[in-house]
Amino acid sequence: MARVSFSKVSKIYPDGTRALTDFDLQVEDGELMVLVGPSGCGKSTALRLLAGLDAPSTGEIRIEEDCVNAVPAQARNIAMVFQNYALYPHMSVRSNLAFPLKMMKLSRAEIARRIAAATALLELDGLLERKPAQLSGGQRQRVAMGRAIVREPSAFLMDEPLSNLDARLRVQIRAEIAALQRRVGTTTLYVTHDQVEAMSLGHRVAVMGAGRLQQVGRPQAVYDRPANSFVAGFIGSPGMNLFPVRLRGDGTKIEMLLGETAVKLPSTLLAALGPVLASQADKPITGGLRPEAFRVEGQGTALIEATISAIEALGHESLTYFPAPWAPEHILAARIGTRYPVRVGETIRLGLDPRELNFFDRAGDAICPASTTT
Amino acid sequence: MMGRLLSYGGLALAASLFLAPIAFMIVGSLKPDERVLLDAGSMAAFVPEGASLQNYRDVLARVPFARYLLNSALISSMIVAGGLAVNSLAGYAFSRIRWRGRDPLFALVPAIMVIPLEAIAVPLFYQVTLFGWRDTYVVQILPFVANAFSIYLFYTFFLGLPRELEEAARMDGAGALRTFLWVVVPNSRPVFTTAAILTFLTQWGAFLWPLMVTSAERVRPLPLAVSTFYSLPPLQWGDIFAFGVMMVAPILGVFLVFQRWFVRGVVTTGIKG
Repeated sequence: MARVSFSKVSKIYPDGTRALTDFDLQVEDGELMVLVGPSGCGKSTALRLLAGLDAPSTGEIRIEEDCVNAVPAQARNIAMVFQNYALYPHMSVRSNLAFPLKMMKLSRAEIARRIAAATALLELDGLLERKPAQLSGGQRQRVAMGRAIVREPSAFLMDEPLSNLDARLRVQIRAEIAALQRRVGTTTLYVTHDQVEAMSLGHRVAVMGAGRLQQVGRPQAVYDRPANSFVAGFIGSPGMNLFPVRLRGDGTKIEMLLGETAVKLPSTLLAALGPVLASQADKPITGGLRPEAFRVEGQGTALIEATISAIEALGHESLTYFPAPWAPEHILAARIGTRYPVRVGETIRLGLDPRELNFFDRAGDAICPASTTT
Repeated sequence: MMGRLLSYGGLALAASLFLAPIAFMIVGSLKPDERVLLDAGSMAAFVPEGASLQNYRDVLARVPFARYLLNSALISSMIVAGGLAVNSLAGYAFSRIRWRGRDPLFALVPAIMVIPLEAIAVPLFYQVTLFGWRDTYVVQILPFVANAFSIYLFYTFFLGLPRELEEAARMDGAGALRTFLWVVVPNSRPVFTTAAILTFLTQWGAFLWPLMVTSAERVRPLPLAVSTFYSLPPLQWGDIFAFGVMMVAPILGVFLVFQRWFVRGVVTTGIKG
């Protein structure tokens, strides 16, 4: 087990593609850190750099206190689970598990002991003599995990390990990975583009976009207080509603203007951010509100009239979409319970909870960057 | 129905065009020498009347056939074995390893493929003469071990192998050579088979180069031997046919045994046979 850190790491590929820029991240000993972001955001690059499969252009990667920039992949004592599992097709499950151990030149007895332990842990009994082609997706996944575990490495790297599984199996294996990581306690860096996976698995999540680290923090903190509008839009399904607002007032009393409607900001928000928000008064800024912060029929302190343009019924709730009355080019989403039957075209009155408001300046950075720290 | 009959008829006709000379050779090899030419103008050419193995016995008595066979087998096998090692490694280096000068050098590979042996035979002959290699096995093996076509075949196949397998092996602690031997090679059987068979077929029939660089009987391969045999008086067609059958039989055997792999190899490497 080990602490892993990236400091000012950049990666520029020979064709000039800049995949990673000034990437700083510390993964603590035993932690499960999820790197999440859209395709092409540099998360897999970061993983490959730590694995030693690519070399960073600048910056330092450390395992414990040692800089490993010049250490080849096979000498880093890191195990990786690949997206397509990368099991050796010509070897049986047993040989797949034994391969890294043979490379470590362990004794036969030790190899047998470790394979037996992994087999028991991952319930691979009865599969040891099969070839990968004879296994189901979930079983292959387990073997890939097994091949990583038997080495007892200082860190696990997982590159979208669930993306080839069907939805039901994905939920099951996700829970298994979380349980397994808790049990073996190995530092884990997990890459995914699926923010549900990130939220449910990570002790902390690192949100990446455009080759840069956008925010690191506990999943709930990142969800509640995103560091910028990119994180706000990416985390959550659907993402945070972002809309243009103006602030009016001074440090003691500030109102948010949604067109003509004025919403008084709660004292808790003002206590923390009054002066900062006051400095943004009369400037065009962006407000952010999660879909669940809307309430039907005035349960909040403010009311807006929403004409519903689309509904997604999900069984336990409905996602209702409507153009923001004060800025119709912005379509907002509200999560409402199924006990409020609504129809497309209907106009409903929605309240909103101002305590859950987020504000972003013109550059998109949060005006209340409370969650940028862990 | 009619269409199907026509297409079968067409196929049968085409097949008979290819099979007729082989049948003629086999039947002729079994006939008394004087009948071979007499029957050649009619369908009797395909009737093994008065069949015996006398021609075969004559060949074995007149020339050291076993020696030629051994020479051909040795030369072809050594070229195949050396070629698989050298060309697969070269193809791997071109497809997977980044090194200075790789791309310009690789551009030469297809260029070399189009140069026929005849074009470089004379300078090559001069070179091996300087080395004092004439009338040896080495001179018949070494120039053909590295082969641009095989390198290209391996290159295209390795490009299609999932890179993650090799990366997994590296993560598992294997160095470059081990990764190649333990992970790449076992998953590349089709291309190894195809390269082996194509090389073997080509080399088994090699004629021009052995003609230029060998004169001694002890290193003479079969194609050269059959040509020498042809000019060896008395001219006996039955014997010549028998020699031909004995020369073709091993290669036919190899092909029949490995046919399944060969077809699969051609399919998976995307190379037309």
